[in-house]
Parts: sequence; structure tokens; C-alpha cells
Amino acid sequence: MSEYIEHDRQGVSVGLVEERSFTFAAPPDGMLLEGGGRLGPVTLAYETYGELNTDGTNAVLVCHALSGDAHVAGYHQEDDEKPGWWDIMVGPGKGIDTDRYFVICSNILGSCMGSTGPSSPNPATGKPFGPDFPVVTIGDMVRAQKALVEHLGIRRLLSVIGGSIGGMQVLEWSVRYPEMVASAVPLATTTRHSALAIAFNEVARQAIMADPAWQGGRYYGGPRPDHGLAVARMIGHVTYLSDDSMRHKFGRRLQDREDFSYNFDADFQVESYIRYQGRKFVDRFDANSFLYITKAADYFDLGRSHGGGSITRAFSKAGARFLVVSFTSDWLYPTYQSKEMVRALKRCGLDVSFCEIEARWGHDAFLLPSPRLTELLKGFLSRVRQKIE
Amino acid sequence: MYAKKSNDKKIRFDLETIASWVEPGACVLDLGCGDGRLLEFLMTRKEVKGTGIEQREDLVARCVEKGLPVIQGDINREIVDYPDNAFDYVIVSRTLQQVYDPPGLLREILRIGKKAVVSFPNFSYWRIRLQLLFTGNAPVTPQLPYQWYDTPNIRVITLKDFRRFSGRLGFEIFREEAVQANGRSIGGRTVRFMPDLRATYGIYLIGKDKSS
Repeated sequence: MSEYIEHDRQGVSVGLVEERSFTFAAPPDGMLLEGGGRLGPVTLAYETYGELNTDGTNAVLVCHALSGDAHVAGYHQEDDEKPGWWDIMVGPGKGIDTDRYFVICSNILGSCMGSTGPSSPNPATGKPFGPDFPVVTIGDMVRAQKALVEHLGIRRLLSVIGGSIGGMQVLEWSVRYPEMVASAVPLATTTRHSALAIAFNEVARQAIMADPAWQGGRYYGGPRPDHGLAVARMIGHVTYLSDDSMRHKFGRRLQDREDFSYNFDADFQVESYIRYQGRKFVDRFDANSFLYITKAADYFDLGRSHGGGSITRAFSKAGARFLVVSFTSDWLYPTYQSKEMVRALKRCGLDVSFCEIEARWGHDAFLLPSPRLTELLKGFLSRVRQKIE
Repeated sequence: MYAKKSNDKKIRFDLETIASWVEPGACVLDLGCGDGRLLEFLMTRKEVKGTGIEQREDLVARCVEKGLPVIQGDINREIVDYPDNAFDYVIVSRTLQQVYDPPGLLREILRIGKKAVVSFPNFSYWRIRLQLLFTGNAPVTPQLPYQWYDTPNIRVITLKDFRRFSGRLGFEIFREEAVQANGRSIGGRTVRFMPDLRATYGIYLIGKDKSS
């Protein structure tokens, strides 16, 4: 996602922010995971923006996607090259207005951006977990977030907002802790992966596991499976774009040459672009985290875990007001999946708004500047706030 | 009529008539809600629990920005998801003339709503009759401002036709109001004398026929 981040054109920003961490679930009890494993202690890296009001009713939790982190907006240092990953949406006067709301974002369990994950030291050995890290689910990620939210003294969130895998966390929050969620905004997401989405994830995982440097996941301290992870990212990245956006951005234009090389160099601009995306990704992400998080996304099935196979039954536990948003060119989580969600929410008599935004950028559209999405969020959040106050 | 609040806007006469029929605090679905003018009016002045359905993305966005719960989609498809009697009122304002299958839609509306409010432009309005008689052209009026080739209005309905239709389809008309109003302007009035000829719009409060 980082390729879209830019400084705010008007210079509006929450300014300097600090990453913090929260550790809980101390051994021997630790945290019992849905997959049966046990983990403890658990650390979550998080950031907050804006002020929590005295009643504690203005907290908004932002959930990040596969490769995101807790740094959603602002800067860690004055001279940072880029602000946080959703700086266009989170800040003073923005879609999620930090002058009005207390915004929280934490790095998900299993990631490698400050929260406990497969690259963290295993307390039993002092060495990184690697493949001994227990499999975590979207449910586990949300349970960990709940511990953080309670630690911050918040009893009920004004809203939980996120796209893609972040959207799955939003859905999970809404049915797992309905009393804690006044509103939910799942963006460009699904209640469960299609076979297509699982297949792409599996190809990406195979790319990592086929890299000799992967070493069954015990590569820490030695060479890392950079090539496998780069290929995994390249595959993933293509699924976030669209035919239309790629045609406009690259077409068949050649990279720094007039004619084909007739060898296997990156002749086309698009080849050079995805190679660059892959290379850049390995500098900031851990291959094992990629495996664990994509698996968690594939396992996610809201109807199965909360409604005996029915999303309507799952949503019957929810009480939040919903704003569901999909994007026309998103073929990874197409609009029909959001519509299924909306259908179930309607059947449950829940307050739901749905908008399919015309956008050519594919799945990644939710991360790109969109005045429409900004205004939708603003209006929706204002109403929710009015209703609960 | 209502206490004036600073955030309230005046709405069209026909919408005001519809609003006056809705009980305060009711649960309302507005099909083809447009920019949400009626829904906003009902939610702020009558404190109804409202939902709208609208096809156009830009109009849906305007509704959500105003804080109205609105779902983007085709009304014919969206209504099938709701359980029986999910709403006290289902409103179809100035939309029936654009519907491909009016009997199917009305049946669904009366399944999901205890009552429904239906309004449509009256095709037996005297200006329409005279235009066709004297010019020989398909009528174009402020209420139906389109040419035959670009109109979204695929049905011509008169007040009389709708009354007859109620018997055929088996629903009951509880209330009828013939209205003279322009297409977009706010003003308008009720027509009591010769409504079939003088009204530009008909508004009906309908419900399931108890005998059926």
C-alpha cells in the first residue's frame, strides 16, 4: 500500500505522532488462540490521534490491511519522507477528523511492524518463533485489539473502520463485540474469501515457501527468502490493480528502451514496476508474517464462525450502524460480495448504508484519494455521533 | 404546521402531503429516494426510522453525506431482501411510471410494508390531453419533461387507471389526494374539483385488501 502515500497537498496533518506499545496476556495463561495454540505475552504496537472526550464516546478504531502498520497518519519525524498510510483520510478536518474523534490504529497480531508475530522472540527459546508461531485468525487479531481498547479506557467505539483485511476485522468486531461497536465501516472487503482470492494467496505463499532461503521458516539470522517474498508481493500487487488502471498507467510502454531486448530483461514498464514493488516490499516486511496473515484472511468466514454457516445469523448478533462501500473495478472483492453482506444486514433489520463507488483503480481504490469516500465517512460518522450523544 | 428548526428546509408540496400521512416515529422505506429530501424531512420532523434505496451513486452519496441511511441499488431487486411487514410505510414517490413490472413491485411493497404511499404524474391532466389532441405530438409537460426518445417514464398512468388497478391487483386505497404541482418547484395545492382532469399528480395511501 505504501506506493500511494504522499504528503498532504494542502499540508494538513496531525503532525508528529509517536508509536506506543501495549503488552498483555502474560504467561503462563497467555492468550488462547482460536486455532488451539497459546501465545503470551502479546504485544501490540499502536498509535493514537486526537483527544478522547471525557465520556469516552468519540473513539474510532482504524484496522489496517495485509501489509499495513499502526502508523495511519502524521509523521514520526519532521523529515519523514512519507506520512502514515491513510494520511489522506485521517487528520484535522479530514474524513476521519482528528479534531472531533480519538483515532486508534494498532498493528495486527502476526504482523512484523511492532506487534507480536513470527519474527518476534519466542519466550521459550529466546530466538524468533519462525514456524513455531501459532496460527492466528482474524478473530484473534480482534480479540487482541479489544484488550488494547479496554486498556485505553474505552467501553464503546464510535466506529470501527477498515478496508480489505482491515474490513474483515471490522466485520468480526461487529458480531463478536456488538456492545462495543456503535458503527462499522467495512470497505472493499468480504465476509469470506472466494476461491479466486484463496488461489492468489496460495500462489503467493508457494513463492515464499519455494525460495530455498525460506528454510521451513527458520531463516532468521541467515539470508532471508527475499526473492520468494518479492514474487509474492508482485502477485498480490497485481490483484490490487485493475485491467483499466494498468492500461492507463503502463499500457505496453517499454522501459528505457526503443525496442524489445529479446531476452528476459524488464522490457515493459509494467514489468519494471512490479519488480520494483517486490524489491521495495522485502525491505519492510517479513515473509513468515506474510504467510500467517494471508492464511488468517483465507480462514476468515464470518458466517461459519458466528452463524453456523449463515451470514444473516452471524449479523443477527450485531447492533451497529453499517456503512458498506465497494469499488466498481475491485475484482478481488467484487461488489457482489458487499451486496451479500448488505442483504444479510437488511434481513437483520440493521441500519445499513451502501455505496458502490465508481473507481478505476481496482481493489486499492480504498487507499487512494477519493473526495466521495471522504464525504461519505464524514457524513456517516457525524450522524452516528449525533445518535449516540 | 411544524415547529421551524434551523436545519429544516421546505420541501415540495406533494412530498409534504406524503409526509403528513406518515405517523411520527414510524419505520419508513423510501424507494427511489433521490437526494433524500423526503427522507430527511421525515427523519428530522417526524422522527421516523428511515431507509432509502437509490440507484445513482452520486445521489446515494449525497444522502449518506447528509447522514441518511441509504442503500445503492435497483429498487426491484433490493426490496426482495426485506422480511414481511418490515416497514410501517413504503414510499414510492414519482417512480411508478418508470417501473417495468408495476404489479410485481406493488405486491412486494405490500409484502414488506404494512402500508404504502404511491405517487405518480397523472396522464389524464387536461394539458396533456390537449397537447396530444391539438399538436399530435407526444405530450411534454413540466411534470413529464422528456421527449419520447429520452424519457425514463415507460408507463402512462391516470388517476382512474390506478383506482381500477387497485381492484385488479387486490389492494385497498385508504386515502387519495389529487395535487396540482410543478415538476421541481415547491408550491402546489390540492385539487378537489374534477381531479382526474385538473391534477398533475395523484398520491395514494394503499394497503393489503382485507378480503384477499
